[in-house]
Amino acid sequence: MPELLVISGKGGTGKTSLTAAFAHLAREAVLCDLDVDAPDLHILLAPEIETREDFISGHEAVIDPAACTGCGQCAERCRFGAVVAEGAGCRIDPLKCEGCKVCVHFCPAGAIAFPARRCGEWYRSRTRFGPLVHARLLPGAENSGRLVALLREKARELARSAGYRLILADGAPGIGCPVISSLSGVDAAVVVTEPTPSGIHDLERVIGLCRHFRVPAGVIVNKADLAPENTASLKSWGAANGIACLGELGYDDRFTAAMIRRQAVTECGDDGPAAELRRIWDRIQEWITRQARAA
Amino acid sequence: MIVAVASGKGGTGKTTVASCLAWVWKGPVLAVDLDVEEPNLHLFLKPRLDGRRPAALEVPIADEARCTFCGACADLCQFKAITVLGSVLLAFPEMCHGCGGCIAVCPQGALAPGSRELGEVLWGHAGGGRIGFCMGRLRVGEALSPPLMRAVIAQARELALPAGADVVIDAPPGTSCPAIQAVSPADLIVLVTEPTPFGFHDFRLAHEAFLPLGKPMAVVVNRAGLGGEDLHGYCRRENLPILAEIPLDRRIARAYAKGDVVAAALTDLHALFERLADRIGGVADAPRPVPEAAPHA
Repeated sequence: MPELLVISGKGGTGKTSLTAAFAHLAREAVLCDLDVDAPDLHILLAPEIETREDFISGHEAVIDPAACTGCGQCAERCRFGAVVAEGAGCRIDPLKCEGCKVCVHFCPAGAIAFPARRCGEWYRSRTRFGPLVHARLLPGAENSGRLVALLREKARELARSAGYRLILADGAPGIGCPVISSLSGVDAAVVVTEPTPSGIHDLERVIGLCRHFRVPAGVIVNKADLAPENTASLKSWGAANGIACLGELGYDDRFTAAMIRRQAVTECGDDGPAAELRRIWDRIQEWITRQARAA
Repeated sequence: MIVAVASGKGGTGKTTVASCLAWVWKGPVLAVDLDVEEPNLHLFLKPRLDGRRPAALEVPIADEARCTFCGACADLCQFKAITVLGSVLLAFPEMCHGCGGCIAVCPQGALAPGSRELGEVLWGHAGGGRIGFCMGRLRVGEALSPPLMRAVIAQARELALPAGADVVIDAPPGTSCPAIQAVSPADLIVLVTEPTPFGFHDFRLAHEAFLPLGKPMAVVVNRAGLGGEDLHGYCRRENLPILAEIPLDRRIARAYAKGDVVAAALTDLHALFERLADRIGGVADAPRPVPEAAPHA
């Protein structure tokens, strides 16, 4: 059962629009939104939530003002600047608390509690394209990497128990903690980029990350006609570095039009970007099969 | 004044707005790229670099000869970065968050401070010397961006304070710890959004995430006319001033694709960003909203 991840480095290159189109074309896939920070896939898939569970991860320090003597040892020990002076004592800023427990351990008055932290919730849902595993991280919450790992585990369980042939995941922008977590154990990453200086710069870094974790990566150039000269240099860079070019798409208003109708672009017609996406999806399937054989 | 340009959704135009604001700013200004995972501001401002330094996180180095395998370090560590198995002490520095707890708690002095490279901090100037510049670049493969962001913020303070410069921050996308970290130093948060369903949805998430910080917020609508979501109604209800609307215009996309600062390449956009800079001064001076309860208390 192959696992395919759609990422981009730079945000706004079209990850989610393309993931929704692939979900429509794949049919037999467990879908997964791993952009837990700013998830958007549900906007197009209109999920019916079947189960909803809290995501509890890590702990946070809470000072009991009645027990605090104001000695300030917690503030001295805290490396995250989370201890704030308040009145004669101290308070923890939950937005800055890393959950490391150092202040809890060293507080001479035993005035700091360490309750578990609710960081968000996650859902198992039904959509018209298949089951969706997704989540919502609380605003400003930590542990997005652990939430991503949890969603991937749940998607695998579901795929195994219900006999799905593919896991298709929409990833987060960037190259940090949630993206690293989403890459672990996937068979291949489809990187969606655009022919702008930032698109190219961010592509090189996210491809570097795929290499670092030994995940085969292929590229789709979106909005390719925006700067054909950049598209050409992107493709030659890819060829020189052994990166599969899975296709290119022109800038097309039909992506936004489909988004407004809460549909995948492939549901809105068979020509234009929909036709190209069908060809790209065929190519991706062949490419994954080849990667699986090589591995 | 410190202005942070943020968004929720990626690709809405944060870097365009931050680069243009720095470009048209009256008086000394420092442009700071805090999207250390995928920094882009330098691609447009094209700064001349004056300095760079590596940033590192303190992680433990284990000295098994001194260890009595009491397990105090492993009991304290919340990040599975250190473990004691029988008479084996194992440190996993790549898991470490740098809290220093294990080193402090060890009764034998068997853990010494070492370091893990997070990436680098770079600084310089752009626009013929008018614009100070500072950025961070996360090492590819490094998971933790907040500690590197803290190093960039410290460097930015060092650069801005003696120069008496205002600061424009280009924040990373999202609503979790890196985004919050990036807007925390700001006097004003400018949310850049687009009126598409994705743009509007993530804009609301970002607004909700930043509200507990109690900072004034304002909005720049990019690709105005696209999508048709009721951004204006939302902003009216939430008391969020819309400071500028950037039209959906292929000339802007082309200038961006060429790596130009849009305000430098297109005269009508230069005027638009000058008006935006003026209005930003006005909003930062206005009274602040009352902070609400912290989100994960």
